[in-house]
Amino acid sequence: MFNENELTFTQVKMLDEEGNIIGNPTITTSDEQLREMYEWMKKARILDQKLLRLQRQGRLGTYAPLSGQEAAQVGSAYALTKEDWVAPSYRDHAASMVHGLPLEQIISYSKGHLYGGKIPEGLRILPVQIIIAAQTLHATGIAYSSKYKGENSVAITYFGDGATSQGDFHEALNFASVFKLPVIFFCQNNQYAISVPLERQMASKTIAQKAVAYGMTGVQVDGNDILAVHEVTKEAIERARNGEGPTLIEAVTYRFGPHTTSDDPTRYRSEEEVKQWSQQKDPLIRLRKYLENKGLWDETKDNQLEESFNDELNELIDVIESKQIPTVDEAFDYVYENKHDLLVEQQEEAKRFLANGGGE
Amino acid sequence: MAQMTMIQAITDAMRVELKRDEKVLIFGEDVGKNGGVFRATEGLQAEFGEDRVFDTPLAESGIGGLAIGLATQGFRPIPEIQFFGFVYEVMDSIAGQMARYHFRTGGKFDMPIVVRSPFGGGVATPEMHADSLEGLMAQTPGLKVVIPSTPYDAKGLLISAIRDNDPVIFLEHMKLYRSFRQEVPEGEYTIELGKADVKREGKDISIITYGAMVHESLKAAEELEKEGYSAEVIDLRTVHPLDIETIVKSVEKTNRAIVVQEAQRQAGIAANVIAEINERAILSLEAPVLRVTAPDTVYPFAQAEPVWLPNYKDVIDTAKKVLTF
Ligand SMILES: Cc1ncc(C[n+]2csc(CCOP(=O)(O)OP(=O)(O)O)c2C)c(N)n1
Ligand SMILES: [Mg+2]
Repeated sequence: MFNENELTFTQVKMLDEEGNIIGNPTITTSDEQLREMYEWMKKARILDQKLLRLQRQGRLGTYAPLSGQEAAQVGSAYALTKEDWVAPSYRDHAASMVHGLPLEQIISYSKGHLYGGKIPEGLRILPVQIIIAAQTLHATGIAYSSKYKGENSVAITYFGDGATSQGDFHEALNFASVFKLPVIFFCQNNQYAISVPLERQMASKTIAQKAVAYGMTGVQVDGNDILAVHEVTKEAIERARNGEGPTLIEAVTYRFGPHTTSDDPTRYRSEEEVKQWSQQKDPLIRLRKYLENKGLWDETKDNQLEESFNDELNELIDVIESKQIPTVDEAFDYVYENKHDLLVEQQEEAKRFLANGGGE
Repeated sequence: MAQMTMIQAITDAMRVELKRDEKVLIFGEDVGKNGGVFRATEGLQAEFGEDRVFDTPLAESGIGGLAIGLATQGFRPIPEIQFFGFVYEVMDSIAGQMARYHFRTGGKFDMPIVVRSPFGGGVATPEMHADSLEGLMAQTPGLKVVIPSTPYDAKGLLISAIRDNDPVIFLEHMKLYRSFRQEVPEGEYTIELGKADVKREGKDISIITYGAMVHESLKAAEELEKEGYSAEVIDLRTVHPLDIETIVKSVEKTNRAIVVQEAQRQAGIAANVIAEINERAILSLEAPVLRVTAPDTVYPFAQAEPVWLPNYKDVIDTAKKVLTF
């Protein structure tokens, strides 16, 4: 007999809401690294708010905001080296940004550019995945390759709590543990899959415990505590690099905003609940307090960062918006390696059509 | 009678059937409390309870499989696939299972399932949301595939689909959800599946189409009228099985035809319609039957969509080629 009630579940926490270290954890992260992570989080927050505004002005397509989840994404991605692979979902541009994805790419994708998914050469990031949990298997394949080639790299894949209901997620965990692959399954449990709350998604107490069924390590961490997120991810990466196989990390967090710009979260979440998270558990405030307590950060620095990053974004958006929109005839170029005859014919037709001012 | 948008008509059809038959169940992602991401099931959980209208965990293959199990027990499930681009996740349940169950069991089990799902381009959705995948479904024996183009049709067709004992894929074009209102009768009425509708009568050319392209075709017909051409617009409404009779009758009258679809050109509904015309009415034709379709690329991202999608101008151009052949 195996009974869930006999298991113990502890959530890893290191920083309390006032920015104080809880207890006596082993910390391998330097204050300088924490300051840098704070800057990433702050930038992610600014970018998020900017993109939301652009969307409201009709200058962006559907957008999935990430505010509230910065610590989970930044703290984990910051633990990677450039040799490691990231397999993200649609809400993970903070993680992708930390791993090197240019802002231009993130904005272009959100604007619905034809090749928003064309990740620059050399960057080990997969394109945004829309199909829930599909990327968990892709990361598993990447990890197989790493092991096969004897590389030192690991793969990390990001997904949500809802994704843990998909077959792909379970298949990925099973494959990864059977093959003992260097892959980290990083779940951002923001407690909702659009409108569906976690208790409707699963009957188990935690997501982390699902690791047990697959014979791998599972960790639940306070996803708004960047120090804890970073430490547990580092440990998982180390295990993966040492040939000890995959880890499932559940980072408990919350999205402050709507699921996407088409969603109305007031239909399924109470105002108090949102406030509780956004006012008391904001991951940025927690780390900022820690840094301020240590004299490593202050109001002036915060304002400066905000101003300079805003300027950078505005300039970039101007550049992107002044660029010519890719024309439809480009859509023909990447369907196959070599276009078949009918496609060539159709592309010629499209070119003629466009040259004659078609589609106006 | 009430003025309704297509989405309201769809909700109304489900309300009528939930009320009439307690074997009708609705489930899917976000269909309960949230009333669906497009509000197609708005208010239904509150009215009929959480046992009959419920949110499932996030797993399309689970949703499809659950429907099959329930159908074997006499229920009439209406599973929703949140966007039809996610159908690949539930392809085995649809094409490998529900489409074959009646056949596999020598008629023992009916599969009175209606898989409802939004699809279609022109509304700037992210990748995998806009594709027209009715061709995949129409290629599968055992399925019926319905695509309404108006609020009135949507309600009558959906009620018929729910009452039908075979699995029906009911595809709702997102662009039509709220694009216009129409008089829709209260209470129940049905529109027979497998029957096309002549949306506009004409005598010079038949424009055979379905879904959002019905409206592009009607607009094209108006323009053609100004130039002295009388175009008949046929809305297939059910893309499988086809209403051969209506198609052939129209072509025999006009002697010319084009077929318009939003989907890519390759292996589509339009090709099938043309093959049927060629086999049954070739001697009535004064010109080859041409197609208006999207090109054979992967559905492009939002910014290229307005040009990529076929529109009424393409319909006019192609119609003229056939008219002046
Ligand atoms: C296969 C598939 N089904 C449904 C959807 C529609 N959808 C997009 S996001 C989402 C909820 C995902 O929830 P979760 O995994 O918790 O991630 P979150 O959005 O909360 O980050 C759904 C149902 C999809 N994109 N792909
Ligand atoms: Mg979630």
